[in-house]
Amino acid sequence: MRNRTWLTLAFIVVLAIVSSWIALPGSDFDIAGFRAAHPVRRGLDLQGGLQVVLQARPVAGQTLDRDTLEGTRQTLERRVNGLGVSEPLIQTRGDDQVIVELPGVDDPQAAIGILQQTALLEIVDPLGQYLPPGTEVNTTLGPAADAVGTDAAVPDATPAATPVAATPVPDAGTPTGPVYETIISGADLKNAYVTTGNTGMNQVVGFELQGDASSKFFQYTSSHLGQPMSIVIDKHVISSPTINGAISTQGIIEGVPPTEVDDLVIQLKAGALAVPLDVIQSRTVGPTLGLDSLHKSILAGAIGLGIVALFMILYYRVPGLVSVIALLIYTAVVFAIFKLLPVTLTLAGIAGFILSIGMAVDANVLIFARIKEELHMGRALIPAVEYGFAHAWPSIRDSNITTMITTFILYLFGNYTGTSIITGFALTLFIGVVISMFTAITVTRTLLRVLVAIGPVDPRLWFGPTVVEPPAVAVATQ
Amino acid sequence: MTRLASKRKLWFTISLIVIVPGLISLIFSGLKLGIDFTGGTLWEVRFSQPATASEIEAALHNAGVENIVVQRSGPETDETYLIRMPVVPEGSGRKTELTRALESSVGPFTEREYSTVGGALSTQIRNRAILAVALASIGILLYMAYAFRNTQRPLLYGSSALVAMLHDVLVVLGVFSILGLLFNVQIDALFITALLTVIGFSVHDTIVVFDRIRENLAKHPEESFEGIVDYSLAQTIVRSLNTSLTVIFTLLALVLFGGGSTRLFILALLIGIVSGTYSSIFNASQLLVAWENGEIQRLFRRFSRARSDAALPAS
Repeated sequence: MRNRTWLTLAFIVVLAIVSSWIALPGSDFDIAGFRAAHPVRRGLDLQGGLQVVLQARPVAGQTLDRDTLEGTRQTLERRVNGLGVSEPLIQTRGDDQVIVELPGVDDPQAAIGILQQTALLEIVDPLGQYLPPGTEVNTTLGPAADAVGTDAAVPDATPAATPVAATPVPDAGTPTGPVYETIISGADLKNAYVTTGNTGMNQVVGFELQGDASSKFFQYTSSHLGQPMSIVIDKHVISSPTINGAISTQGIIEGVPPTEVDDLVIQLKAGALAVPLDVIQSRTVGPTLGLDSLHKSILAGAIGLGIVALFMILYYRVPGLVSVIALLIYTAVVFAIFKLLPVTLTLAGIAGFILSIGMAVDANVLIFARIKEELHMGRALIPAVEYGFAHAWPSIRDSNITTMITTFILYLFGNYTGTSIITGFALTLFIGVVISMFTAITVTRTLLRVLVAIGPVDPRLWFGPTVVEPPAVAVATQ
Repeated sequence: MTRLASKRKLWFTISLIVIVPGLISLIFSGLKLGIDFTGGTLWEVRFSQPATASEIEAALHNAGVENIVVQRSGPETDETYLIRMPVVPEGSGRKTELTRALESSVGPFTEREYSTVGGALSTQIRNRAILAVALASIGILLYMAYAFRNTQRPLLYGSSALVAMLHDVLVVLGVFSILGLLFNVQIDALFITALLTVIGFSVHDTIVVFDRIRENLAKHPEESFEGIVDYSLAQTIVRSLNTSLTVIFTLLALVLFGGGSTRLFILALLIGIVSGTYSSIFNASQLLVAWENGEIQRLFRRFSRARSDAALPAS
């Protein structure tokens, strides 16, 4: 037997060991933290969480270009990082949408609030007036209708902009009134943090200004001593403290409800959103639903695999056993790839994986059927194996390519309709089909070659007693 | 077993019998579309004490929601309900209102799932679904024309495979239309996924048979087309069944033991693949023979003649 076959066999053994090592659950037997760095990424329906598609709604006069959308995505990403969700996913789609996935987030409602709120901080000059908290103001940075507050207007629902404080505001339209000058805005912040207020008991938002903004602020505060200044968030006045002394770098914002302090700090640190966002699609999955389904799916997969293995061995005997070994290696390799890429596993993805196991058997069945035919025609065992592979390959290739065409289209479909569940399925099926072709030509073929080279030559011992008889089928003549 | 192609009228009849009930249901009742295609909100809640659908509906109605559909989901003891209503965005004050309304009128509950799809997006999804199925079909047709380019009629193979695939799609759609009628089963984007997978698998199976036919045509040029197809089918039927059986085993295991949320998805896959196996063995090749023997052309001519006869004034 050729050296190349032994070499391939060695490669297969190494591949099997490495794949199994990567694919196994848990992180025992870790080397240099590699396994711990590549856990199985579980999708939304397996660990619960939130997926939301946000669409940018540019205000009058604002153009939405690629940079603005990317900037918005980055702002959202910074806010998400502030939430402390592991493995979040934030990506743009098309030219005006951002998809955010937050697996395992505790409070989806709050999360959407944090993401959606524009969170534009401004300190404005109220021209000597005391503006009560809750007042809507127009500023030099934009009119009041621009900002998205805590209750965003959504196309299908009734718009209702709720002011942050309890004071009711007559209507949600642009108040006719003076335009106040913005002294500094959120963009001038060097940092924002949670700190204690003047009374020492409540938590407030602290901020630190950078460079030129701090000198501008210093100028403003020193020339307006004794007068009020208004702190405005999303065009609503939060508080209007009196300027008691010149401030240059640090300050605090009082008047934010204690439950919102943390959220606001996250938003200020991440920056304000450049363009208002609407939620056009969302999906929240509770945590318990996922775990239950995962266990059941793994059980189902194992049972399915067991039945297939039994069937193959019973029907095809020794080559059937070869195919089962090839299938096990296939499972390990595919799962290892899922962990390495990584591919986010969803319930549908697991279904796709299990489906591809069933289809991986197909290639083996094709090969064995061909080999049997070659034996019927009277060929000896070793050439029968070689010819069997050669003749089976075109069918394997053609049939798998059509499946790959559909997975490709499926992937595009999932990509443009906002569900990672569909793209996950397409990806798992695609990987499954590709690897199944690989294991059929490499693993199954090599194992068979090795076996026939070192084993008995009588085909009946491999396939059973009936294999050397010609089939009962004859060509029908009309 | 050895006259699979010759008995084609029988197989076509069986296929029609299977398709017709589903087709009738499709025409008169259509498919129950889920929120992915119509927009709206789907809310799966589980109460900790017994509740009824009408209680839930009343509670929401009093809070000002119109167009509510409430359905029990899962076994009787579960107290899990699926609420379908117009869009209420996640994270909005409105949703908090409705949550409070439900809690005070019906009782405390845990939220298992909450999905909303905006109206504009759902139209997009609907269009893209149709586009995806169309693209997949065209793609497959083109590839098959290429793969079978050195036969006499390359497009014939692709078209027959496509018709067989259409049969499978109709079977799945028909079954889900009936399920929608009887059990209010809704289709979503995942259903389209199953459909596309079924398309891929159906053709996968058919190609193997066609490959064999092509090979035998080259090897036995003196035999009749029908005879060669018979022979090829007999050679490949065992392998075809085996492959499908392994896939069906794994899917059955998933349906019986797997998690609930993908049960409908797997069911669609299962029905489609069973149908795909049947159509690969009993429909696709038979269509080839029917075309080669001119039967399909004769059928069309009879149709057009009957129609033009009917147009003539009674003499």
